[in-house]
Amino acid sequence: MPKLLTGAEIVFKCLEDQKVEHIFGYPGGAVLPIYDELKNHPSIKHILVRHEQGAGHAAEGYARSSGKPGVVLVTSGPGATNVVTALTDAYMDSVPLVCISGQVPTHLIGTDAFQECDTTGITRPCTKHNWLVKDINDLSKVIHEAFRVATTGRPGPVLIDIPKDIQFAKTKYKKPNKEKNLNGKSHNKFSQDQIDELVKLLSKAKKPIIYSGGGVINSGPKASQALREFVELTGFPITSTLQGLGAYPGDDNQFLGMLGMHGTYEANNAMHDCDLLINIGARFDDRITGKIDEFSPNSKKVHIDIDPSSINKIIKVDLAIVGDVTSVISKINKTIAKRKNGHSKSNKSNIAKWWEQIEKWREKDSLNFVNSDESIKPQHAVQRLYELTKNKDTYVTTEVGQHQMWAAQHYKFNKPNRWMTSGGLGTMGYGLPAAVGVQIAHPEKLVIDIAGEASVLMTMQEMSTAVQYNLPIKIFILNNQYMGMVRQWQELLHEKNYSESYSEALPDFMKMAEAYGCKGIKAESPADLDDKIQEMIDYDGPVIFDCHVDPNENCFPMIPSGKPHNQMILGPKDQEENKIKGKGKALV
Amino acid sequence: MPKSKSAYSIPTKKQKSDTYIFVVWVDNEAGVLARVVGLFSGRGYNIESLAVAEVDAVKNISRITIVTTGTPQVIDQIRLQLTKLVPVHKVAEFKREDKDVIFKEMALFKVVGKRNKIEKCLNACKKFNPVILDETKSSAVIQITALRREIDVMNKKLKPLGLISTSRTGAVAMTRGAKIFN
Repeated sequence: MPKLLTGAEIVFKCLEDQKVEHIFGYPGGAVLPIYDELKNHPSIKHILVRHEQGAGHAAEGYARSSGKPGVVLVTSGPGATNVVTALTDAYMDSVPLVCISGQVPTHLIGTDAFQECDTTGITRPCTKHNWLVKDINDLSKVIHEAFRVATTGRPGPVLIDIPKDIQFAKTKYKKPNKEKNLNGKSHNKFSQDQIDELVKLLSKAKKPIIYSGGGVINSGPKASQALREFVELTGFPITSTLQGLGAYPGDDNQFLGMLGMHGTYEANNAMHDCDLLINIGARFDDRITGKIDEFSPNSKKVHIDIDPSSINKIIKVDLAIVGDVTSVISKINKTIAKRKNGHSKSNKSNIAKWWEQIEKWREKDSLNFVNSDESIKPQHAVQRLYELTKNKDTYVTTEVGQHQMWAAQHYKFNKPNRWMTSGGLGTMGYGLPAAVGVQIAHPEKLVIDIAGEASVLMTMQEMSTAVQYNLPIKIFILNNQYMGMVRQWQELLHEKNYSESYSEALPDFMKMAEAYGCKGIKAESPADLDDKIQEMIDYDGPVIFDCHVDPNENCFPMIPSGKPHNQMILGPKDQEENKIKGKGKALV
Repeated sequence: MPKSKSAYSIPTKKQKSDTYIFVVWVDNEAGVLARVVGLFSGRGYNIESLAVAEVDAVKNISRITIVTTGTPQVIDQIRLQLTKLVPVHKVAEFKREDKDVIFKEMALFKVVGKRNKIEKCLNACKKFNPVILDETKSSAVIQITALRREIDVMNKKLKPLGLISTSRTGAVAMTRGAKIFN
């Protein structure tokens, strides 16, 4: 007779077979049998967080920086509800997470038992799928299926709710099934005809632009490689969404910078005026498109995406190619190469005029700002941070707000998986726990959370996690004492009524660092900024860096006000001429 | 109109909405209906009627029929989003006006009154295959099968004749001829 295993043992057997090395979690009554089993599985390391939301974001950071699914283990009731923000965040940004939650014993489900909640009900809209395992014989199958759902197609979070009696019950373990029942959900549905059609469009284009997104990162490092070849082959300009940064080198001349609400002048104008728009793994988010009616009005639009429901959801496209970015772009590259054999005529000459136009837009230097000798400008701080860390293969996470946009604008990424930020959900408090997860996945690398003081306070408790595991994460706080992005909108749209956006009382971050047992560094003047940043980089251990910046600085450029891409507000100089009025306010 | 100061765009011109019927084949497992219905409510789609029951006990398949309204773009999204759900096997959709598809609802009417009123009711229902399921001296339960709007009409018409309670199903659908939904 084969050996019978308990539910808790099966959980770990599955994790081992799925090659999981780290789980992020927090114990509690309904998961104690699983925690009890932890000691018997030395290949799996558990990272104890301080709040379940932190576990979720840490797992997200881990997943995004490593390409492997992040695994979370939480208890029932509050454990599960605390992780909901992180699951929703992962769902919006397509991050593969497998969350295992404990549940009250099956006979108590529905009785309002202690720490009971309808976990599968609560998480249904924020996961790709979830399971309540009521029969021990289903457990191994469900866990393996969960990993498959989380990591295939458009990745995303899943949750497995395991009642406590199931964790004790015994059965045989089943290995993962090689034969996958896809239930009609295959992903590469494109044909050579579609590729040929695209290549034809490429050769005809006079004003093309490539707009790449997080799908390129999710498709793996090969996708970025293929994208770089594609951009080189075509000579086209490329812009990227917030999530796509790093897929194409940020310092390359063909890269126009990020597009969208706080994107560059050249990227947004090129989007507006182009005659061919190639969307690779992005989803026409509302922060990207601005006013839909006037979005890129004269272009043929191509959309390459693994998720069929992303196509025509917001913007009607002329050619849709449903498939994995790596396979699609590789196929395109091959087709282009084949065509070029014989006659090496490229259309690079066709687009020379277009490049001239782009260079004109570039001259606006839309990321400029007025630097100061007296106060540290936040943009300057990010630029210095970039200059001092660019040779170190640095991993950057962020919170949400102005600092996030400045980081996206001024920190140039050259490799995929180096940039972890909460885009879709916009979760303040994402960056610090995400940095914990990134550092776990890459113990030898420099990991920096570019933070705002308001955001970072939302999950500050995870510093304690960083100290416990001696994770040398650097929390680089651009401290302007305001919820900066809220303040900026209030200044521009609400007649400077700064309603509740100023933090009257902030902790002393130096003392806070001391209290957590890590290093605190404070910078107040531009003159000693570089030295202080260097000190932070050189310190072997976690650091809280309190960088006092100009509290009144706004994030520009910016698409305001119900306006299309070609009507941006540029820096302070341009602003006087371009006041935001009337119904335009709605779009910001 | 008050000026909007939201962080989002203002809705632009609206397209025309049409009524569509979705037929969805799903694994008959706990929570599957909640997933389908939750998708509709969560994304702001409309449900006019819903019918669901197991149709294949061996394969454990249920068939859900949903009547909804939406612009062509929304209808496309509903199909694509439904297809993404893990327990969903197949999704078919067609316009209500589609001549190749039959769709029917059933209604039960309870009429209380004198014999002649009940007779009048039956007579009024004649076109819709009325069946008497229960009868007493002073009451009757009449079953009819018809289109939604026909049942709406009957519901109104029978009120003065003693109709005191109506129970009706959502629509179910089937293709005409030898073809099946694909």
